[in-house]
Amino acid sequence: MNGLIALVPIPTPNMDLGQIAPLEIVFGAALISVLVEAFVRREGRRRVQLVLVFASLIAAVAALVGLAGTRTLTAQASVAVDGPALFMQGTVLLLAIVGALLIAERSIDPAGDAFAPRASALPGGREERELTAAGWSQTEVWPLFLFCVGGMLLFPASNDLLTMFVALEVLSLPLYLLAGLARRRRLLSQEASLKYFLLGAFSSAFFLFGTAMLYGFAGTFSLGGIADALSGNAGDNGLVMLGVALLAVGLLFKVAAVPFHQWTPDVYQGAPTPITAFMATCVKVAAFGALLRVMYVALGGVRWDWQPMLWIIAIITMLVGVIVAIAQTDIKRMLAYSSIAHAGFILLGVIAVSEAGIASTMFYLAAYGFATLGAFAVVSLVRDSSGEATHLSQWAGLGKRSPVVAGIFTLFLLAFAGIPLTSGFTSKFAVFSAAIAGGATPVVIVAVFASVISAFFYARIIVLMFFAEPAEEGPRVVLPSAFTALALAIGVAVTVLLGVLPQPLLNLAQQAGIFLR
Amino acid sequence: MTTVPWLTILAVVPLAGALVVALLPKGADLLAKRVALAFSLLVLAGTVFLALQFSADATTQFQFAEQHDWIPAFGVSYAVGVDGIALVLIALSAVLVPIVMIAGWHEADNAVGSVKGYFALLLALEACIVWVFSATDLFLFYVFFEVMLIPMYFLIGRYGGPRRQYAAVKFLLYSLLGGLLMLAAIIGLYVVSAQMTGTGTFDYATLVGLDIDPGTQKLLFLGVFFAFAVKAPMVPVHTWLPDAAGEATPGSAVLLVGVLDKVGTFGMLRYCLPIFPDAAAFYAPVIIAIAVVGIIYGALLAIGQSDLKRLIAYTSVSHFGFIVLGIFAFTSQAQSGSALYMVNHGFSTAALFLIAGFLISRRGSTLIDDFGGVAKVAPVMAGLFLIAGLSSLALPGLSTFVSEFLVLVGTFTRYPVAAGVATLGIILAAVYILWMYQRTMTGEPGDEVRSKVTEIKGREVLAIAPVVALIIALGFVPQVVLNVVNPAVERNMVTVGVTDPPPQVAVAIEGGSK
Repeated sequence: MNGLIALVPIPTPNMDLGQIAPLEIVFGAALISVLVEAFVRREGRRRVQLVLVFASLIAAVAALVGLAGTRTLTAQASVAVDGPALFMQGTVLLLAIVGALLIAERSIDPAGDAFAPRASALPGGREERELTAAGWSQTEVWPLFLFCVGGMLLFPASNDLLTMFVALEVLSLPLYLLAGLARRRRLLSQEASLKYFLLGAFSSAFFLFGTAMLYGFAGTFSLGGIADALSGNAGDNGLVMLGVALLAVGLLFKVAAVPFHQWTPDVYQGAPTPITAFMATCVKVAAFGALLRVMYVALGGVRWDWQPMLWIIAIITMLVGVIVAIAQTDIKRMLAYSSIAHAGFILLGVIAVSEAGIASTMFYLAAYGFATLGAFAVVSLVRDSSGEATHLSQWAGLGKRSPVVAGIFTLFLLAFAGIPLTSGFTSKFAVFSAAIAGGATPVVIVAVFASVISAFFYARIIVLMFFAEPAEEGPRVVLPSAFTALALAIGVAVTVLLGVLPQPLLNLAQQAGIFLR
Repeated sequence: MTTVPWLTILAVVPLAGALVVALLPKGADLLAKRVALAFSLLVLAGTVFLALQFSADATTQFQFAEQHDWIPAFGVSYAVGVDGIALVLIALSAVLVPIVMIAGWHEADNAVGSVKGYFALLLALEACIVWVFSATDLFLFYVFFEVMLIPMYFLIGRYGGPRRQYAAVKFLLYSLLGGLLMLAAIIGLYVVSAQMTGTGTFDYATLVGLDIDPGTQKLLFLGVFFAFAVKAPMVPVHTWLPDAAGEATPGSAVLLVGVLDKVGTFGMLRYCLPIFPDAAAFYAPVIIAIAVVGIIYGALLAIGQSDLKRLIAYTSVSHFGFIVLGIFAFTSQAQSGSALYMVNHGFSTAALFLIAGFLISRRGSTLIDDFGGVAKVAPVMAGLFLIAGLSSLALPGLSTFVSEFLVLVGTFTRYPVAAGVATLGIILAAVYILWMYQRTMTGEPGDEVRSKVTEIKGREVLAIAPVVALIIALGFVPQVVLNVVNPAVERNMVTVGVTDPPPQVAVAIEGGSK
């Protein structure tokens, strides 16, 4: 036995700790955050957690800036540090910081933050009432949040399918929990959580199954290895196609592309609004990052097989998203379908299969992320006595009551509709031009019609807010604390800036270049 | 040439005015109106100053040109400059905005939106107009082509009549449909330019210089032309106009029909023809047919209207038919006529809408049947309305006659049948204008008219007098505008690569028109 062990040399893991510093910082902070929950007194926890969260996220951004320009594979080639990975990670971190501002908000709801005082308490029960009256809050959201962000940082940087799967689970599991923690309408929230968990688990299984198929074909999990195996063996593709399809299902579920979008409206509606905002933005960035990497690096050789499939998925995603959104009467569900439609638009960048495709996808994700965070921040401000007033009819005449908030929301809606001088236009322009240059003109034509349809339901909300008289007994706009105000200000600033002066970010996205193998 | 960025200043001034007005305190309505008017007069003064410096026979295509990199990643630059056509259209809006403000001094007083909001939106719209006409970068043009919709959308939706919500959304969606198809086309153009020159660009001169394959041209042309056809508006994509103009306040309707819609015809002349010459020539017969249908159909529908503002909107559908006809006739007379028509139509429609607005605000009804006998109680107003109407039906001596005549003779040399049918539009114009005048102004006034309709007041005279004066003046000396416009049209013809048909006919017609 001894001899056998001696025969197999254990290689020193190739692990430059500096190259994955952002990951280490966020995961490290997440672990400390768990300890804080265990050891710090209840009264002091929130403060400690907030300092920890913001300090670690900002430190991670700083570490990321320090890594700019690095192109290498690290951690036994399981993590790629390249332009697109760093760009995606930066986007996730910045969006997460703004998302954390929303999660930290405590003065909108008279009872405290947006989360149930104790998740295990029976909704509407005596315990819940007592805890609410005592002003309890659940600081456990912070470790969950940090683990989730960590997973999101790893997901688009994973260079083999197994690491990617781990990252997928690390980012998903906390989200399932977070979605179920709403303080108001808890049953809806718990239902959302359960749905998300069941469907999410299902899609993870698909991902894993696809991984197995590709492993069966290539004998390796590494993306580069799969690409090599594909280029060496173009003939027999049955196993590959099955693997590609199953893998794509898992990833398209996360980006909420049709027909894997069923969970989106329910989860977006049920989850606490700050979590919805975080989910709608960061998950999309991370998932598109992973999708791009898998499709471009591992499966670039069989692009002629998956491109038509993504064409069709992009088309139905855009159309289903915009058409169903018309019928929505709840603002959060409307935004959910709008996010589905936007996933379709972003897919245009993916199907371009070019450097411009990567750059435009990344730009779109950043632009869309900040506008979406801002939009959900506004949603959290419009309230009546029972919580957020999410029914559209309640928004009538908001422009007269609170012109500033309604004006800000209008800006975000115009950005979603892709009106020039907002970030939405620049990003649509970027993906459309990448897709046309990539030969996907028919999909772009569909996208144009989808944009017009989407303009209808965005315009309808503007009509409600500005052209209609306010309803009696309507909701009021709550004055937020500095947290949400700052998040809103950032959302507005980025939305306008990326519309008027998009060049710096476009440069950054273009310099990110291509994926490393 | 000068290094002062005059055009940018001309656009930034109203934009700054819009911000100032919007930031005024809530109750200060009168102050907001005065400040807004002051800014619009400042723009007018600036435009006059520019017009005086403009040299009609300069060798460069664009004057007061500026160029800065904007988004190099997309090959986009901030480039502005004006040729004669753009200059007269900017001048048209610079004249109309203060007039609209004076005429509509109380238009926003009882609306859903605030008074200062109305005046701020008017100024914001003016800024977009200056930019859209002066852009010499296709991307910049497109940006303001779309952004322009937003202030107009709010002007209709917040300050319009009872069906304003429907009208505003319809306006926005129609325009966006056209606009986004155009976006697809200009991205296509960008990709083509990248393939042909190595780097994609939106620079006007470069795009005009490209020799694009005719098959591609035809596709791209359709996208761009559709947007302009919706904007102009041409039959059958005109249905948003009567709703929008009918529901908007008279002032907004003037700017909508008088200036905004001109972006459509301006775009055809500036972008469709020079960038896609082969495609333009290919589609010209079809477009001419649609234009002629529009002339007749718009006129027939105008005759059938019972609502004053909708009637005026339909007359514009007919008039836009003439403008498009002139543009696609590919003769210099017709194109000069169209350019002149854009200006004249702006003034005559403004006069009609504004006086109709005065009538409607007094009587409290937009229905033609609710009027009658106004000439008895308000003879001066009736007289002004008649002048405006006669200008709309192109009576010789009034400005629109010259342009309509130029369009028709210019078209006749190339498309005699189309010109012949279009001439019927003039007869129908006489029907809808005179019949409307007869139904509203002549006869015995009813009780309501007698008690409510009063003579035109000082402020209203102040608004209308300059318009009427311009209508008459341009009828006698159209050369003022034509001299500025003609070099631009000549250059266009050269770029497109067409010449006027048989010279002896052209000479005879030129003699006739002068």
